[in-house]
Amino acid sequence: MSRNAILGAIRRGLKRGELPQDQQEMLRDRMARHPRHLIPARSRLPHGEQVALFIARLEAEFGTLERVPDASQVPQAVADYLAGQNLPPRLAMAPHPELQALPWSSLPLLSVEARRAEGTDMVSVQHGYAGIAETGTLMLPSAPERPTTLNLLAETAIVVLRAADVVGAYEEAWDRLRGAGPMPRNVMLVTGPSRSADIEQTLELGAHGPRRLHVILVDEPGPPP
Amino acid sequence: MYITSPQFKENAARALADARLQKALSRTGSHAKRARAVAALPEFERLRDTGRDIKNHTLANLDFYLEAYAEKVEAAGGHVHWCGTADEARAAVLEICRKAGARTVTKGKSMISEELGINDHLEANGIRPVETDLGEYILQLRREPPSHIIGPAFHLNREDWEESFRRSHTDLPADRVFHERRDILAEARTRLREAFLAADVGITGANFLIAETGSSVIVTNEGNGDLTQTLPRVHVVLASIEKVVPTLEDCTSLLRLLARSATGQDFSVYTTFSTGARRPADLDGPEEYHVVLVDNGRSAMVGTEFQDMLRCIRCAACMNHCPVYGVTGGHAYGWVYPGPMGSVLTPSLVGVDKAAHLPNASSFCGRCESVCPVRIPLPKMMRHWREREFERHLTPLPQRRALGLWGWLARRPGAYRLAARLGMGALGLLGRGRGAFTWMPGAAGWTRGRDLPAPEPGGTFMDRYARQRRGAGE
Ligand code: SF4
Repeated sequence: MSRNAILGAIRRGLKRGELPQDQQEMLRDRMARHPRHLIPARSRLPHGEQVALFIARLEAEFGTLERVPDASQVPQAVADYLAGQNLPPRLAMAPHPELQALPWSSLPLLSVEARRAEGTDMVSVQHGYAGIAETGTLMLPSAPERPTTLNLLAETAIVVLRAADVVGAYEEAWDRLRGAGPMPRNVMLVTGPSRSADIEQTLELGAHGPRRLHVILVDEPGPPP
Repeated sequence: MYITSPQFKENAARALADARLQKALSRTGSHAKRARAVAALPEFERLRDTGRDIKNHTLANLDFYLEAYAEKVEAAGGHVHWCGTADEARAAVLEICRKAGARTVTKGKSMISEELGINDHLEANGIRPVETDLGEYILQLRREPPSHIIGPAFHLNREDWEESFRRSHTDLPADRVFHERRDILAEARTRLREAFLAADVGITGANFLIAETGSSVIVTNEGNGDLTQTLPRVHVVLASIEKVVPTLEDCTSLLRLLARSATGQDFSVYTTFSTGARRPADLDGPEEYHVVLVDNGRSAMVGTEFQDMLRCIRCAACMNHCPVYGVTGGHAYGWVYPGPMGSVLTPSLVGVDKAAHLPNASSFCGRCESVCPVRIPLPKMMRHWREREFERHLTPLPQRRALGLWGWLARRPGAYRLAARLGMGALGLLGRGRGAFTWMPGAAGWTRGRDLPAPEPGGTFMDRYARQRRGAGE
C-alpha cells in the first residue's frame, strides 16, 4: 500500500524506523503546546494603537473603512456607503445574531436578506471575527452564521467588525479561535480586495473576488445590543 | 508534461532571439518590491532562520507529521489518498471525479497539478478541466505550460492576451475593444464565473498542510482558489508530502516570509485554511473533501544532499533574482519548475540524465541563496548535481577533458601558477590599451553577451599576495 511505501521510504532516508514512543510523545506535546515563534515588534502596541495600525494597513492594501461609535449606526453607515458608490440598496447579509439584532428596519428602502451569497449578489455584509493589525487582515472563519460565500461572490464586500476584536498578531487570533471550539471548516484571512497582476505584472483590483472591501468598525466596547 | 530540459541550450538560444519574450522579461519590478517589503520588517532575517528551522524540524520527523496530519483530516470527515507516483495520483483524481459524476472541474493554480499532468488526464477521460487563475486560464487557452511558478503568464504581453481572448471567446463581438487591462480582466471574470457555478469538482493545490488541525492552506490574490474550493460539491486538494508543517504557529511564521519573498506584499489577499467537508447547518462549502497526497520522488530525497530542497515554499524569489532566468525565461528550462529551484528539483524528480544542463545553467552568483526565505543552499546543490553528472559520465567529452586538465593543474600549485602567469601575460599583452575583449577566438558564444576584462599589469593574485606579505615584513 502506498501509505506504507511512502512512510517506509522516508524512514529509510532518515536511517531509522518508526519514531520511538517517547519521541512521538514529545512531538505530540509540541503540537498541543503549539509554541509561538518570533512575533514582529510592529504590532506589540497598546490596543488603541493596534486599531490605528489595523486601519493604516487595511487602507494601504486598498481596503476602505468607516468608524462608527456604536452598533446601532451600522445600518445607516451601510446605506450611506451604498448610496455613495451608486450601488443598489440590496444586500445578502450573514445570518449572525449580532448583525440580525441591528436596527435594519429603520431603513425601509434597504432590502436585507440573511443568507449565503449567490452569484448574482452585488453586495454582501459579513460578520468580522477578528482584525489583525500586523497586516490589516480580517479573520473570517466559516460557521452557519458566517457563510464563506459572503466573502467571495459579491463585487462589494462589507465587513462589520468590532474594534474590540482587533488583535496585534495572527497568533492572537489563532488563540481566540482555538478557545471557541474545533477548527472551523474554512478560515479565510483576507487582506484587501481581490486583485491580479497576471497581465504584464500590473496590479488590477477585482479579479475573481470582491473589487471593493469596506470595513465598518464599531467602537462600542462590550457585546452589541 | 513533455520534457525539453535536454534541449536547454537550444531552448535558451531561441529565447534570447525571441523579441516578444525579451520584451516581457524586461518588465522586472519584483526585486524592488521584495526589497521594500523586507526593509519594512526588521525581523526578516531572523524569520528566515525560523523558517529554515521549522522546515528542518518537520523533515526530520516527516513520517510522524504526515501520519498525524492524515489522522486529523479523517477526523474532520475528509479523505486522504496516499499516492507514491504520478500515475497513482492521476488515477486517484480521476476516480474522485468519476464518482462525483463530474463533467466540469474548476482548478486553482497548482504546480503539482502541472507536474502530474492532471488536465491532460482528465480531458483524455472526457472531463473538462478549467483553470481559473487568470494566468493559468490564458495558458490553457494557448495550450502552453507556465513559465514561472507564481506568475505563470510572465512571458506574455498584453497583445497576446487580446489575441487569445478574441480567438477563444468567439461568441463575443469580434470587434470589441480592450481599452485597458481591466477590460481583459473583466472578460475573464465573467467567463470564469460561469465555470465556477457549473463545476462539480474543484481542485486546488496547497501551500501548506497543518498536522495539528488537518488543514490545507492556499494563498492567492485573485480569490479563484477560494471559489474553486467553496462552490463545487467536491473539493480535491493536491499536495506533495513536504508541504506539511506541525502547527498553525509554524505555518504563520512561514506565511510571514512567503508573500514578502514572492510578490513583495506583506500578506497575500486570501490565505485560506480548509479543514474537512461542510459541517451540519453550514449554508455553503463542499460536501466532500479529499486530499491527494503525492510523493512522486520526494521521499527519495530525504536523507540525501538534496533534502534541503524539500524546505522550498515555492515563493519564486530565486528565479526572480536569477540572471539566467532573467534572459531565458521559464520555458527554456523545459519542465514544470524553472529557475534555480528547478535546476535543483528537476534532476531529482525526472533524473539527472534528462536534466543535466539545468544545474549548469548558473553563473553561481549566489543571488538565489541570498534571497531564499528558507535559506536553501541552491548553488551548493547545483554543484552536487554537476558532480553526479560528471561521475555518471553525462558530461560531454571536450568538457570532461578540460575539467581533467584543470584538475591535473589544480593539484600541482607550481604548474598552476606558471600556467596562470603565462595566460595572464598573453591576455595582458593582447588586451593592452583596450581594457576588455569583446570577442575571443573559441569563446565567441561567451563574449556575445558580455565583455572579458583584460588583465591589468601587476601579476596574478598569488604574485601580488606574495609581494604584499613580503612588504608587510612577514
Ligand atoms: S528555492 Fe527558496 S527562493 Fe526558490 S522558490 Fe523555493 S523557497 Fe523560494
